[in-house]
Amino acid sequence: MTQIFGNLLSNYEDVVAVLLFSIGFCVLLFSRNLIKKVVGLDIMDTGVFLLLASRGYIAGRHVPIIVDGITTAEYYINPIPAGLVLTGIVVSVSVSALMLSLTVRIYRTYHTLDVDALYMMMAVNKGGKP
Amino acid sequence: MSFVQNFPFFSIILSLLCTVVSFILNGKWARRLTLFLLCAGTALQTCTLLFCCRGNIRYTYMMGHFAAPWGNELSIGILEASLALLFGVVMLLSVLGGSEHVATDVALPKQHLYWLMVDLTYVSLLLLCYTNDIFTGYVFIEISTIAACSLLAAKEVGRALIASVRYMIFALIGSGLFLIGVILTYSITGELLFPQLRTAVTALWEAGTYRFSMTVAIGLMTVGLSIKSGLFPFHFWLPDAHGQATAATSGILSGVIIKGYIVLLIKIIYQVVGIDIFRASGIQNILLIFGVGGMVVCSISAIGAPRLKTMVAFSSAAQVGYIFMGLGLGTHSALLAVLFQIFAHALTKPMLFLSSSSLMDASGGRQDFRSLWGAGHRYPMAGFTFTVGALSMVGIPLLAGFIPKLYFALAAFGMGWRTWVVLLALTVSTILNVMYFLYTTILIWLPGEERTHVHERVRPRMGTVCPAMLLAGLNLLVGIHSAALAALFTQGIDLFCQ
Repeated sequence: MTQIFGNLLSNYEDVVAVLLFSIGFCVLLFSRNLIKKVVGLDIMDTGVFLLLASRGYIAGRHVPIIVDGITTAEYYINPIPAGLVLTGIVVSVSVSALMLSLTVRIYRTYHTLDVDALYMMMAVNKGGKP
Repeated sequence: MSFVQNFPFFSIILSLLCTVVSFILNGKWARRLTLFLLCAGTALQTCTLLFCCRGNIRYTYMMGHFAAPWGNELSIGILEASLALLFGVVMLLSVLGGSEHVATDVALPKQHLYWLMVDLTYVSLLLLCYTNDIFTGYVFIEISTIAACSLLAAKEVGRALIASVRYMIFALIGSGLFLIGVILTYSITGELLFPQLRTAVTALWEAGTYRFSMTVAIGLMTVGLSIKSGLFPFHFWLPDAHGQATAATSGILSGVIIKGYIVLLIKIIYQVVGIDIFRASGIQNILLIFGVGGMVVCSISAIGAPRLKTMVAFSSAAQVGYIFMGLGLGTHSALLAVLFQIFAHALTKPMLFLSSSSLMDASGGRQDFRSLWGAGHRYPMAGFTFTVGALSMVGIPLLAGFIPKLYFALAAFGMGWRTWVVLLALTVSTILNVMYFLYTTILIWLPGEERTHVHERVRPRMGTVCPAMLLAGLNLLVGIHSAALAALFTQGIDLFCQ
């Protein structure tokens, strides 16, 4: 038990990442409001990016920018996860923008953001014209 | 290095260029540019395929100036080139056939953006076929999701908007899980390129360390891609998304986009993890069970579907089940059947969606089964292509849909309990397919016009009919010349799995 607690404490970034992911996942799945779903999506992505960024960090090492002429790899942290996180953030921003634009159009058409109400409207109009 | 070896790279750059240029064009010219891109892409993939076949080679192509393990790579072989060629041809025919519906369904000032998204879809599919880097795979599954969702929402009808939001939510959960899988794999192995990953994963598995973490990582990547490709029980988004879109989008979504994710999954299973480790991890059996479940449950849902296009979309979910069943068997002969299934479904489903849209046009724009009564008489050519598609999906010999069923049955023999599960699932699924596809086919050819609101015959739109006829011809070609295709795939699989 003490060992598990110790492991969790030493990997606190991962614990926070899992918590953020779970919160975002629950909001995305269970919230009825479309805007809250987008917020949940962003929280979920933040959790994933924290997990990814923490993979590259090595305690006691430095930012991977050569200023003192030191070229040994052991002096620096791993820069690849940071590059991946940047790409991931760009993807996440585009996805959020698309979701928000869809939300705006849905609100203009149906005057509601409640997902249950929207699905009800879809279910009522079975058959016939789309 | 031969000049032809650059062609996949050229097609990717050309697609990106067309995507950017489309932004400043009007709808008419953007459409022409998309058609040019798809034709050029098809020609380039054909040359690549011929080159790989003649030399019996598979090569890696360095993107940029950094060699492995730092740089980005493409891996090009018979399998990748033939899938990229298939995707290009199917997209070209779907776009040609659906152009007239796009003109009516998408607002005029936004049409160039629709074609831009088609170009973007093509780039992402090419990259999913050719990439040799797992993070590039992640980026392009996201790009293809964004493009697919925009294509779906382009039809400015409320239902399509709601369907696209639902699609987006499921797709994003899928890509989130996939990304976590990638991160876990990276943190255990420290690699991103497929060959290096394969070496590291094999070494770790043999040493017996990190087995649980590796299983979780493989599981997350598999589940993520399964959600995105609409495998049962994650298929709830699929019928609305594929059923509500305009005809070209439905064809592209159903015919190629879900296959793009499956191609990436195949590459991960065979080139990153290795089929032996995948089998040992136990995930293979889960895929088999979900695949079989999808074949049966989605077919039952298709029987109860209230609208024609929803029924065809549920059938897509059932056909995805076949593919995952093949991946769950995990032998080379099952992979051959999976490739045939990808080909047969990609050639059949856009044809069914195009003819469904034409039959709807002949029924006053309605798609409930009562209105479709006798629609084949009002639009005989659409009725004919729908019938060919339905027969192919049911698995009538001489058509493409029969071949994968045969190969799945052959692949299942000698595999213990799996043999019975697969044979039973094939039988039940075929019976269910017959129930809903033949019911619809008979319905559209029934006499008795007094039962519907629309009586007059429709003037055939050649723009829609000709591509559907071409797809029917290709279907027949695959069905008749399956032996040649099987030889090509076997050669490809041998190179792919080395």
